[in-house]
Amino acid sequence: MKIIKAYGDTLNDGAIQLSFTLPVPFGGKAKEAARIFVEKMGFHKADIVHAEPLSGEFTFFVAYGKTDNAVDYDEVEYTEAVDKSMSMDEVNAFIKQNFKRKIVIVGACTGFDAHTVGIDAIMNMKGYNHHFGLERYPMIEAMNMGSQVPNEKLIEQAVKINADAILVSQVVTQKDAHIKNLTNFVELLEAEKIRDRFIIVAGGPRISNKLAVEIGFDAGFGAGTYAEDVATFIVKRMYEKITEKR
Amino acid sequence: MAKKLNLSERKIEKARKLAESVTSEIQKYIDLHTTVTVERASLRLLGADGADKNGVPVPNLIADSLKDKCGLGLSRYYLNALVKSAVSPQELNKKIAEGLDISKIDMGDPKAIEKKASELISALDKRINSNVEHRNRKLAQYKENEKKPWIYVIVATGNIYEDVKQAKAAALQGADIIAVIRTTAQSLLDYVPYGATTEGFGGTYATQENFRIMRKALDEVSETEKRYIRLVNYCSGLCMPEIAAMGALERLDMMLNDSMYGILFRDINMYRTFTDQFFSRMINASAEIIINTGEDNYLTTSDAVEKAHTVLASQFLNESFAKRAGMKEELMGLGHAFEMNPDIKNGFLLEFAQALMAREIFEKHPLKYMPPTKFMTGDIFKGYAMNTLFNFVSKATGQSIELLGMLTEAIHTPYLQDRALAIKNAMYVHNNMADFLNEIEFKKDGIIRKRAAQVLDETVDMLAAVKKTGLFKAIESGMFADVKRAPDAGKGLDGVFEKEDGYYNPVETYLKKRLGLTEKAEA
Ligand code: B12
Repeated sequence: MKIIKAYGDTLNDGAIQLSFTLPVPFGGKAKEAARIFVEKMGFHKADIVHAEPLSGEFTFFVAYGKTDNAVDYDEVEYTEAVDKSMSMDEVNAFIKQNFKRKIVIVGACTGFDAHTVGIDAIMNMKGYNHHFGLERYPMIEAMNMGSQVPNEKLIEQAVKINADAILVSQVVTQKDAHIKNLTNFVELLEAEKIRDRFIIVAGGPRISNKLAVEIGFDAGFGAGTYAEDVATFIVKRMYEKITEKR
Repeated sequence: MAKKLNLSERKIEKARKLAESVTSEIQKYIDLHTTVTVERASLRLLGADGADKNGVPVPNLIADSLKDKCGLGLSRYYLNALVKSAVSPQELNKKIAEGLDISKIDMGDPKAIEKKASELISALDKRINSNVEHRNRKLAQYKENEKKPWIYVIVATGNIYEDVKQAKAAALQGADIIAVIRTTAQSLLDYVPYGATTEGFGGTYATQENFRIMRKALDEVSETEKRYIRLVNYCSGLCMPEIAAMGALERLDMMLNDSMYGILFRDINMYRTFTDQFFSRMINASAEIIINTGEDNYLTTSDAVEKAHTVLASQFLNESFAKRAGMKEELMGLGHAFEMNPDIKNGFLLEFAQALMAREIFEKHPLKYMPPTKFMTGDIFKGYAMNTLFNFVSKATGQSIELLGMLTEAIHTPYLQDRALAIKNAMYVHNNMADFLNEIEFKKDGIIRKRAAQVLDETVDMLAAVKKTGLFKAIESGMFADVKRAPDAGKGLDGVFEKEDGYYNPVETYLKKRLGLTEKAEA
């Protein structure tokens, strides 16, 4: 068992900073309301260190508090999609050695989402932050379909070019647009009974591996991902699949 | 303002000339064409408004029934229906909404149509003039409006009534300009929704009623704050000219309005966009609405150091297109942005050089400076620091319109408190370094002067290359924003029409006359 709490300046002091707005006019009563509100969230020693009116109807607060809530770290379950990523060269060598052919990856930012920069960072030649994208990998045939691509179109293309893996990017998350769209993607594959043909990977700033796996993807990647992370996951999973079959 | 960068006036002049010759080729095309939304905008300015029970707007009902007549101009049919039925536009709109098909009405006496046109045009002229006069009177009345940069913030709740609360709070906190961000994908609708709306996605529908609601709210705070609060919306997408028309009628003060944004970032057809931007800019120019161009967006898809010259090149093109639409420089809010990777050594100096360069090249233009967005992350604390540097550059280089960065840019559309913190940061910086610009000079061979000179050089080269291939080809090859678009691809091409013999559009004639474009065209 490893019980942990937030750390301020003493182990397990539970110190946390908060900032929020309440829909009440500024004043002493507002501050007291804010303090009580913070205590109700499970903090003791709630301290309203700053309060200011945002208009006649709203007040902004900065607060500090200490909490008794704690987490048993040993009980937390989470697995990364990849523990340690291979480099571009290692990925290529791995493909050559194990599959003896180029692997095919198609990707897009789907639904009405128009953000291309994330999927481009992973797929385009140039890559991101001096990490080359999948198009640059000699043993990978990468096809980036851009943004605002309907899920149906992406799947159609994947079938057509006989892709090994499909990448789906989702950046807009308002009203859970990403969850609905990713779920729809998996459902479409299942309806056509081709879910098992592909390795499917989701990505975007608010995507975690856990979320993606829950929705039915093989993996999910969040902010700060590079092409080699995704490539490592895909080739390893492909390898697992063929070794399982044997 | 004394210039400090020692930029070559000759090169600036050369860039302007190149841009003019690039746009002159496109203008030839524009002059021979109209689009379905140009026609609908004209109808709106004559009085067409309202929607049927399915929410299809009256201007669309008219255009749908007369689609094959766009090349002749649709105004004639609306005017004819008014003459023949002897009712007011309001009454006719109602009938159309209830199912009247005006394409079925026999064409009557052209004289009567012309007479009706001049009657409606003079009402339009009055309305536009009164809006312009009101704005100018308020701006002259309030001293506070003289401060620069103007603080620009966005509201984007999706619900116009919630937006009003946020906008009013922002104005109380010190904002000078409120932009109501449009809902996702409105730019791809080939109609403008009707009525007040309470549901949007990442923004709020641009409708004429929403414009009215927000205008009224801002006019109220203007009075209590003793500061005229400007209202902004998005004159972009497939209905660019119609949004301009609505803005002119409801006294918006600024419009996002770029000559190429729709092509590059919304995949709208280029013929459509070029034709639409011209008409919408004539409307904006007539109503003295400041346009905001979208060069900042380029730096989201391409690198801000490598591609700085694409921003400047595009500013020259936007300037030239706007000039052709009769717009004064004082209305051209050319865009640029603070979008360098924060890890770059001396990135601040490069940003400073580029922002000051824009200021020195476009002296009278109300430049619109955009904050860091692409490199904003979930680390809101670092983000707040980046926004402070942005505010610094903005004030220290004399920008005109400053769109404030939000510390939560990478997370959600702004919360009330995010906006308040942003305004507080900007007001702190603006006041604390009020006269900084007058105090400084730059080293002759220093990083800043050299950087500006280099960007200008690269811009001249780029514009020369664009001139050589033509703008259509340049866009096709990905010269702007690293995005490639083919001339016949993209949305909305089926709404572009060659003007036929006998094309009649009294609104266009009025706008051209008002802007002094008629004599030039004939000369
Ligand atoms: C640039 C940008 C735009 C540009 C996009 C240009 C383009 N061609 O992409 C433009 C101006 C067009 C734009 C438009 C809009 N945007 Co925008 N935009 C941004 C901005 C500033 C940066 C995004 C970006 O490029 N990041 C850099 C890339 C490299 O990061 P990334 O996307 O996270 O990708 C990385 C990882 O997530 C991962 N990844 C991403 N995809 C994938 C896929 C796979 C398979 C894998 C493995 C990994 C992976 O790897 C990448 C590299 O590490 C963000 C704010 C921000 N700072 O995040 C807002 C933001 C994303 N936009 C937003 C909004 C609301 C919009 C609009 C709806 C606004 C409107 N009302 O019109 C429209 C969207 C229209 C539409 N139909 O989608 C919101 C989204 C809010 C939300 N949580 O839902 C944000 C957060 C801004 C905000 N605070 O309001 N936007």
